[in-house]
Amino acid sequence: MTTLEIDRIRCDGHGLCAELLPEMIELDDWGYPILKGRAVSPSVIPHARRAVDACPVLALRLRQHAHV
Amino acid sequence: MSGLPEMIATAGRPVIFDGPPTVETLAMHRERLGTLPPPASRSDLIGILERSGLQGRGGAGFPVGRKWRSVAERAGGHAVLLVNGAEGEPLSVKDRSLMATRPHLVVDGALLAAEAVGADEVIFYVGAEHRAAQAAINRALVERKADFGRRRLRLLDAPTAYVAGEESAAVNFVQSGVARPTTTPPRPFERGVRGRPTLVQNVESLAMAALISQYGDQWFRGLGRGSARGIGLLTVSGAVLRPGLQEIELGSTVGEVIEAAGSSRHGLQAVLLGGYFGAFAPAAEAWDLELDQASMRARGYALGCGVVSLLSEAECGVTTTSRIMAYMASQSARQCGPCVFGLAAISAATSRLSARRAQANDLERAERWSAQLTGRGACRHPDGAVGLLRSALRVFDEEFAAHQQGHCLRQQARRAA
Repeated sequence: MTTLEIDRIRCDGHGLCAELLPEMIELDDWGYPILKGRAVSPSVIPHARRAVDACPVLALRLRQHAHV
Repeated sequence: MSGLPEMIATAGRPVIFDGPPTVETLAMHRERLGTLPPPASRSDLIGILERSGLQGRGGAGFPVGRKWRSVAERAGGHAVLLVNGAEGEPLSVKDRSLMATRPHLVVDGALLAAEAVGADEVIFYVGAEHRAAQAAINRALVERKADFGRRRLRLLDAPTAYVAGEESAAVNFVQSGVARPTTTPPRPFERGVRGRPTLVQNVESLAMAALISQYGDQWFRGLGRGSARGIGLLTVSGAVLRPGLQEIELGSTVGEVIEAAGSSRHGLQAVLLGGYFGAFAPAAEAWDLELDQASMRARGYALGCGVVSLLSEAECGVTTTSRIMAYMASQSARQCGPCVFGLAAISAATSRLSARRAQANDLERAERWSAQLTGRGACRHPDGAVGLLRSALRVFDEEFAAHQQGHCLRQQARRAA
């Protein structure tokens, strides 16, 4: 299983992730991401990877889990 | 702290607060509880703690034996023990009172923990504002330095801040002097002070561990009402005649605790359980609630750090909630956006509601934000604050609705009387 994780201390609310990955992320009233769920479905992984790469403060990452 | 809080014991014969509520010397402590059993008989203290059912008393309620085992398995004799006496919760005095009056029991617990998990460094982390506790622990440590053998021993001032006692913040403070939470995982038991497995344990939990080591897990399980196990310390405050510390058998009801504090059901509106990380309950609904982690969780509450605070019929729940939200917003470590901006916005909205100067959608926004902040900080500070807010919006729903319209039901009741 792959999950999406946000380092809340690093995150500065740039908001690129929500633009690139609206399937999983929306922004709150101050521009900080709200995850709709943590598990990333296989079809969304390429989009998730783009969002991870685009984060200017490296606050977003994908994590592989050996077991479900 | 000048003058210790009044101590009331309701556990039949009290264990911790048997004897005078003054600083217990080593001689008094030894006479009252006996000396610690020799090391051989404590070889399986972790197993004994696991069987005792003892849960942490700092707030999270994590099983103590399991926590010690996790550290011991990783440590290889080089763990760090961080004795947590920060007690930043404004409504709690039980930790500072315990340290101030029974310092040697806490030190016993620390020695046993250090030995059981294999710690070669022991750090006492005590709230800087808890002067009597600091003095008593300092004296006890000077007296018992030899007991710690070659272990490095330190007493540090925990900054006066709500989050200073959070595990990762405590570890961060020891390393960098900044008591701010860090991103987890890794949690301190995996990688804490200088990368070493670190046991961060609340002082009451350590005191209980010392008692269990002395009297056994069966003794501890034999205490407690119904399905609850053991004893615990509470801080009772607010609309009662005799606020202060209570030692209870876990499973005692909220009503019994209120009666022991000299008050009755009459005139009570609500109870705040578990402190500022906890929840309000209507007094009538809470009266028969058993003060025990499992039974409280089953009903959507938490024992937390043992705070029971009463709100009278005359007090306005909106104003009380607004004050707590202002405090929680001020105590954000200011690292995570949702906590910094979310709590500030919630505090501004509840403050306008309290003052009956609400903007058109303040109540609706407070409700929405209260559902959005959980799990969105490095630590659980925002989770705790919005958990309390959600309970307040439920328990004081009519009051909040009236304040949104510019009225206060409590004030109207007072005028009518």
